[in-house]
Order: sequence, then structure tokens, then C-alpha cells
Amino acid sequence: MSAAMSMTTPTPLSNVAPAIVLDKVNKWYGAMHVLRDVTLTVGQKEKVVVCGPSGSGKSTMIRCINRLETHQEGKIIVDGTELTDDLRALDTIRREVGMVFQSFNLFPHLTILENCTLAPIWVRKMPKAEAEELAMSYLRRVKIPEQAKKYPGQLSGGQQQRVAIARALCMKPKIMLFDEPTSALDPEMIKEVLDTMIGLAETGMTMVCVTHEMGFAKKVADRVVFMDRGEVVEAGPPRELFDNPQTDRLKLFLSQILKDH
Amino acid sequence: MSGAVVDPRLHAARAAPKRRMRLSWSDPKFRAIVWQVLVVGILAAIVAYLVHNTNKNLAARHIATGFAFLARTAGIPIGEHAIEYDPATSTYGDALIIGIINTLKVAIVGVVLTTIWGTLLGIARLSKNWLLSRAAYLYVEILRDIPLLLQLLFWYGLVQTLPSVRDAFAVLPGVFFSNRGIKVPLFDWEPAHSWALAAFLVGLIGVIAWSSVASKRQAETGVRPKTWPVALGLLVAFPLFVWAVLGAPFQLDMPIKGGFNFRGGGTISPEYCALTLGLVVYTAAYIAEIVRSGIQAVPQGQWEAAGALGLRPGAVLRQIVLPQALRVVIPPMTSQFLNLTKNSSLAVAIGYQDVVSIDQTTLNQTGQAIEGIALLMAVFLVISLSISLFMNWYNARIALVER
Ligand SMILES: Nc1ncnc2c1ncn2[C@@H]1O[C@H](COP(=O)(O)OP(=O)(O)OP(=O)(O)O)[C@@H](O)[C@H]1O
Ligand SMILES: [Mg+2]
Repeated sequence: MSAAMSMTTPTPLSNVAPAIVLDKVNKWYGAMHVLRDVTLTVGQKEKVVVCGPSGSGKSTMIRCINRLETHQEGKIIVDGTELTDDLRALDTIRREVGMVFQSFNLFPHLTILENCTLAPIWVRKMPKAEAEELAMSYLRRVKIPEQAKKYPGQLSGGQQQRVAIARALCMKPKIMLFDEPTSALDPEMIKEVLDTMIGLAETGMTMVCVTHEMGFAKKVADRVVFMDRGEVVEAGPPRELFDNPQTDRLKLFLSQILKDH
Repeated sequence: MSGAVVDPRLHAARAAPKRRMRLSWSDPKFRAIVWQVLVVGILAAIVAYLVHNTNKNLAARHIATGFAFLARTAGIPIGEHAIEYDPATSTYGDALIIGIINTLKVAIVGVVLTTIWGTLLGIARLSKNWLLSRAAYLYVEILRDIPLLLQLLFWYGLVQTLPSVRDAFAVLPGVFFSNRGIKVPLFDWEPAHSWALAAFLVGLIGVIAWSSVASKRQAETGVRPKTWPVALGLLVAFPLFVWAVLGAPFQLDMPIKGGFNFRGGGTISPEYCALTLGLVVYTAAYIAEIVRSGIQAVPQGQWEAAGALGLRPGAVLRQIVLPQALRVVIPPMTSQFLNLTKNSSLAVAIGYQDVVSIDQTTLNQTGQAIEGIALLMAVFLVISLSISLFMNWYNARIALVER
């Protein structure tokens, strides 16, 4: 365990403060201990992929980073701001951290363009014309500017997820969180979303991504974190982790993943 | 992306072919037309028969058709009248107008109160507080299962067990509960009050104008100017200022307890109390269910996605949750408002003189059954259509959704 913990210390990519620090984070749902002493540091511009069996606490951990869930013990510091009950801290974090969900969660009563401009207008207080220009530039980047006037229900799953990415980017976040962004998609749509994410990674965005797409992890991740039963069991560069797993738990997990894919 | 999705525009060039109808029973289009012609034909035959039959009967009984009876003296005693009424001189027309006003009094107050009470109940039903949510659940289940007529009779009975005037409860200074209904202080209306009211209405228009200016300014600069100080100034300070300038008159007509009855003040009759209370308490059970399902129809993920974008809870509610919940809630809510209005005709059972009760008396005295029924249908049609139109307008305004 102590060997595994030491691997979670990041290779410093730059000398500025880390983007995300989780220090001995613990969380319980009632009597169930879902995060156990989770310690993880994500450097600026680092890409971290989180994997692990179902119920291991991956979603819970990533949702703690932008405080969709609250932790009960330990410290979470995002871009220099510690997450507490303070509402101003919450506002700051929410502006700087974008999130993409497994089930897209687009706003069905707003057009694609309105989905993208909502937060810039109401949170960043941006003039409408400017917000629309910004939104169109991101919609072009995810390659669906022609859908701007449609409603989410009229788009395919892959297109919806790309809109969700554009919507998050419109807030110009410094950090992007992804919680299984492709697992609700049909196989033929997974690629278009992964391609968008690879493009985003190339721009130097700090990313934390829960996914079981091993190809994506190998291509993009600086580090892969393996979680099981609420603990960070192993962490390291993708090749090392996948080709030379240290623990039985990771070996078992990898063998199951390979069987499924 | 690259070839994964086929661009639909590449295939849109050729128009879809038109389908021709075949004159065959196996063609659904042909079948639909035959059925429609048949139904319309049967309806027309029934109407023709009824009209013919009625005319024959009326002629046999020497009853003149038409609405001339409305101008005749009514002679119906009416307890609760919002406009001048004297049974000896007033006409059937006057009596019916009073009936309409009495019905509207129940419908409007009932709809407003049932919306408030039902919404509170619906929210209570979703509360994390076990006792509160259970209590709301029981309320809804029990009240929906008891026939409305029974409930109205119960409330009327309850109102009549209130103490007599001599022992009336004084709830607030000048407000008395007794078996004669509720007594309230009246307010001496003076021109200054009319001017203050006019100032309020002008202020209301000003606030609407200001909020559209605010939206425009927000679109241009990104910053939405504050609305509430302007609203406070225009809706409160301005009317108060007008009232003060005109001498700030304020005179209350307080009810005073006499031996057998009150002197002065205004009265809300026991019949009106029982009817409105009964309708509100009953309809609110349905509204509660509608509100509950509306709130539950918006998935948790919508809150999370909006929150993750940095929107505060208030903004999430206004921009994301309410528009989606209202879309689900408004159509069934409209039909409950219509139900409440139509159910107000059960007034007959507890002696409240609504339009149905007065119309029935008119019909008995004059024998103009067809005109009486036609009038009643017209009245309810107009009320119902007004409610529907308003709700549709509101729905289109607030919850316009295209999918
Ligand atoms: N709101 C909640 N209330 C109670 N228990 C919860 C709640 N959310 C998650 N859990 C439990 O916490 C544990 C961790 O859940 P989490 O969703 O983080 O797992 P996960 O690793 O994301 O799994 P998956 O791969 O299935 O998404 C699970 O046992 C789950 O049942
Ligand atoms: Mg999960």
C-alpha cells in the first residue's frame, strides 16, 4: 500500500502549484465507506485517467472535485482554493472546473446554442452576442456548428456528448472532469467523442477522466489511477500500469476488461 | 466525426413521394374518410330530429321562445348580491348577472387558494421530513377518495356549528367567526384610494417596461441591471406617495357586535365559506399530485449539470427546473381549474346562490328551459374558455419547448 501511495505523487510538469490536490479524503454514505484516504495530486496540464471496477468510488471521487458531492474528512484543493462550506469558494471552483457526464445532461428546453451560452451569460455576465460567438467557436471545434439552432432531443448521442463538451468549454475552465463520457454511447459514436477529447488534450487542458477506454488512456494519459473499494490502489504511467500491474486487484481488473473488449 | 455520422443534408435533396389514396377498404386513408362522413351524417340526423321535436312540443304548450323573459321582474330573493338588487323591481337578467358574479367569486378565489395550498402540499409530499411527507400523502389519499358533495355538506355543517353572534370568536380585532359567517372590517373607499390604485397600475406597467429594458441591457453589456429597487419604488413608494399627497385618508368601518347580528363591516356568508373551503381543500389534493410529478419529472442530472456550470441554485430553479416542470404541470393544472369551476355548481346543495342555482329558479318560474340551459352552457363555456386561453398563453410564454 505504501509503495502504491508513493506512486501517486506526480511527476512535476511545471513548477507552479498543482491543479488538484486530494489529501486523505474520506467519504461515507451512511455506514458505507466509499472513499478511503484517497490521496492524489494532479499537476497543471496533466491528464489523469481513473479506472476501476463498478462501485469502486470513481464517480464519487471525481464529483467531490467540483463539490457535487461533499467529503467528510481530508482536504481537497482545486487551483489553490480549498473546498469548504464557503459559498464563494464554491462559485470560484465551479467556474474553473468543467464537467461532462455519462448521461450528457443537456437542457432539453434550450437550443444547442442556448445550452452553450447560458452559463457565460448568467455566470460570467457576458454580452449575448459575445457569448454566442464564443459558443459557435466551440461548436465548430467539436464539429457541429450546423446543429446550433436544434434542440438536444434532435441530436444523436455522440453529437449530444460533443455539445456537452462544448458547453463546458464555453466557461473557459482550467480543468475538465469527465465521468464515463462514452459509456452511454453506441460503439460507432464512441470514436467521435474520444477524438474530441484527444483534440482537447492536445490544447493542454488539465483533465481527469473516468473511463475504461484503454486505447484512449494509452494515447492521452500522463497517469492512470486504479481504484478499488474506495481506495487508490495503484497509479502510474499507462504503459507501466497496464503492462506490469503490481497488485492482484489490478491484474484481476485488467483481465476482466480485456475479456469484455 | 470523420464519416462516423452521415450528414443528413446530403440526402435531403429529393422530396418524399406523395401517396395516392386507393378506393379500397384496406386503404387506411379511405377508411378514415368513410368513418368521418358516417359520424357527421348521424350527428346531423340526431340534431335535426331534436330541433323538430322541440319545436312541436313548444308549439303544443304555447311557450314563446326567445330571451324576452330576461327583462321581466324576477321576484327571486337573493341573499348575497354584489350589485344593487331588489326582488320587487330587479329583473331575471339582474338576478343571473348576480349569479354569474357569485360563481366567479368562488372560482377565482378558489383557483388562487387551491394553487397555493396544493403547491405547498405537493412540496411537502417530497419533503425529507418523514412526518410531513406522510401527512401530505394521507391528506391526498383521503380527500381524493371522498365524494366532493359529501365534503361540501360536511364543511357546511361545520360552519353552522360555529357559535352564534353573541358568542362569536374574535380572531383579530374586527374579524369575527360565527354561524352567520365571517365578519370583516370594511375600508371606506375614497378618491385618494382610486388614485393610489391607478398609481400602482402605472407602476406595474413601468416595472414590465423596465424588465424588458433590463433584458436588453443584459444582452448588450452582460450585466443585468437590478430590478427589485425599481419595482419597490414603482409598486410601493409611488402609490404611497400619491395617497399621502392626497391627505392619506384611512377610515375603517369596523363590525360591532349587536344582540342578534352585527352592525357595520362586511360579511362573508357561511355558504360561500363552506363552498370555497370545500372546493379548495378537495382540489388541492389533485394539484399536490400534479406539482409532485412535475418536480419529479426534472431529473437530478439537470440540477447537477447547471450547478457544475456555476449557476447558483436560484438561477438553476428559474432557468432550468421551472421551465421543464411547468411544461409538465400546466396542462393537468388547467383541467383542475376547470374542474373546480364546474364543481362550484354543487353550490345548489348547500344553498349558495351561484349562477346554476339562480338559473334553475328562473327556469322553474318561467318555463324557458331551453334558453335557461343555453345561457348556463354559454356562461360556463366562456369561463372555461377564458381559463384555457389564459393557461395556454402562459404555457406558451413560460415553457415553450420544441423537441
Ligand atoms: N447517493 C448515494 N447514496 C448512497 N450510496 C451511493 C450514492 N452514490 C453512490 N453510492 C455508492 O457508493 C459506492 C461508489 O459509487 P460510485 O458511483 O462512486 O462508483 P463508480 O466507481 O463510479 O461505479 P460505476 O463504474 O458503476 O459508475 C457504490 O457502492 C454506490 O452504491
Ligand atoms: Mg460511476
